Amino acid sequence: MSDPIIKIQNMNKWFGDFQVLKNINLEVEANKKIVVCGPSGSGKSTLIRCINRLEEHQEGDIIVDGNELSEKTKDIEKIRAEVGMVFQQFNLFPHLSILDNCTLAPIWVKKMPKKEAQELALDQLKKVQIDDQANKFPGQLSGGQQQRCAIARALCMQPKIMLFDEPTSALDPEMIKEVLDAMVSLAKGGMTMIVVTHEMGFAKEVADEVIFMDEGMIIEKADTKDFFANPKSDRTKLFLSQIL
Amino acid sequence: MQTLNFLKPNRDNIKNYSITGSLLILVSLIDVISNAFFKINLTSFLPGSLTTLFPLIIGLIGLNMMRIDYSGNKTLDLLNKNINTNNFNALLTLLILFSIIKALPQSLSWMILDATISGDSKDACTGTGACWTYIKVWFRRFMYGMYPNEFHWRINTAFILVIALGFVGYFMKENLKKYLALYYVIIYPVIAYLVIYYLISGGSFGLQWVETGAWGGLSLTFIVSFFCLIFCFPLGMIFALGRRSNLPAIKYISICYIEFWRGVPLITVLFMSSVMFPMFLPEDFFMDKLVRVIIAITLFEAAYCAEVIRGGLQSLPRGQYDAAKSLGMGYWKMHIFVILPQALKLVIPGIANTFLALVKDTPLIFVVGLAELAGMLALAKTNPKWLGFAMEGYIFASIIFWIICYAMSKYSYNLEAKYKTER
Repeated sequence: MSDPIIKIQNMNKWFGDFQVLKNINLEVEANKKIVVCGPSGSGKSTLIRCINRLEEHQEGDIIVDGNELSEKTKDIEKIRAEVGMVFQQFNLFPHLSILDNCTLAPIWVKKMPKKEAQELALDQLKKVQIDDQANKFPGQLSGGQQQRCAIARALCMQPKIMLFDEPTSALDPEMIKEVLDAMVSLAKGGMTMIVVTHEMGFAKEVADEVIFMDEGMIIEKADTKDFFANPKSDRTKLFLSQIL
Repeated sequence: MQTLNFLKPNRDNIKNYSITGSLLILVSLIDVISNAFFKINLTSFLPGSLTTLFPLIIGLIGLNMMRIDYSGNKTLDLLNKNINTNNFNALLTLLILFSIIKALPQSLSWMILDATISGDSKDACTGTGACWTYIKVWFRRFMYGMYPNEFHWRINTAFILVIALGFVGYFMKENLKKYLALYYVIIYPVIAYLVIYYLISGGSFGLQWVETGAWGGLSLTFIVSFFCLIFCFPLGMIFALGRRSNLPAIKYISICYIEFWRGVPLITVLFMSSVMFPMFLPEDFFMDKLVRVIIAITLFEAAYCAEVIRGGLQSLPRGQYDAAKSLGMGYWKMHIFVILPQALKLVIPGIANTFLALVKDTPLIFVVGLAELAGMLALAKTNPKWLGFAMEGYIFASIIFWIICYAMSKYSYNLEAKYKTER
């Protein structure tokens, strides 16, 4: 067994007086796909935002790819460049074309030559099937197309880990599938993924492990089959009965 | 109001009603126009005050007859929706219309028909109208101040050069585009300064030295506005970012700076720059009055710019910061490529506002003895040979300032349209 690529130990986080994350312990091995679910306000998003330090944790350790995240971490940008993230609200850069959205970070962060970056971007856009929209602006695309572009943009940095923060929650039902398809094919390509989502169908199809969170704690962590077949805690059973 | 109901149209008879209504309005307009332009009172047969009220009453009845919720006729509906929603609005509409018509003949005759433009001394102005001769004779002073007449070509050449250099950005090659900001923020102002220094100030290359006290008129307005605009924007940007910084020292320095300059009136800043500031300088150190004034206005307006830009920065959703960070961008890359392009686009109207205010604040440099356009007017109107033409002068200055400011605001609309990428 190899070393875990993400290791979280006894992590606690507060927003002011309110404790959002309580004693989180989590290990993710390379190439594994983890789905995080739970009711809203349970700290799922905060947890994965801590993994690339968009949020700071107050106690405990987070180690990503051998680098510990803390106030002392110097090259936080370097670690973030290794960890791609896809957001609920897409967060594309509205002033740049789809292609420029994808090439911006490779050119300026990774110092990739412009031509190479564009080829890479078109390649990634092709994988999510929006290479024909490359010269449009985000505002001209549908939600599903924007989210697929956001996935391509994150992949252009050739990250080791991909984090998804409710990627389909802001989409119309008929657009959810196209985004999930893109995520499934990414998963089959062997990417390490942590996905916060309510799409249980996606979890069943792709996930190696499912984590159930409530009130800032990890209530249950199990293999996908076990999780759905025989959940242990009552809270998980209740949640599953409501969502399925 | 029941009694007025017989004047209310409905959809069937609106055609007759609107024709009658427009006829009545036409009558009222003819009455007012003949009264104002030809001094003929068509309604002199009516008693006393009814004569004056006649067009108002007739017009009101006419508009009342045309008022209907929806007629299907585009022009009529537009009219009803905008200026004829109820009797009060109809009355206001008529009053404004009639006042304009009444005021037109006087102002026309004063400004154009009875005005004088020939001749080259006050004696030419004998008519009752405006004396544009005054503007004509003083035109060079209004444009160039006390700058010696035979050297005016130096100012013109300098301006043409500076404008031409400003257009360089449009013709820059694609691979040099990334230096555009550098060019406009640092290189261009320096070149412009050198051009203005060597051409307008002179003192070398065989050009005679002309001290800044002699500069003036519209050209001085341009010089002061140009340098202040070009410097206050980047400075404002730095302080806007500084105020949002996480580093306490930078943050509080920025807050102090902004609050200090926003709290003092520009006129005192200008006094300080010319009276107090030299006292703090070492004795052998000399800084020109004009330079001091430009620095003072720049620092002053930068504080306003900073707050406008901060507004734009704050209006960006947090997701944009998150997305940029998650792609591995550091503070500067994130701001240069993601945050500032969007924020600056949002604040174009606000920045245009600040810039217009700046241009219109330049006349204040009169208090330190520099006479730009409005300052020259103030000098000219007290000239014993030309007393009594303040009105013409101020109208002239208003028109010039309006043209400058309108051009600037048009340009800002163009910029907004150019950078609009949403939807």
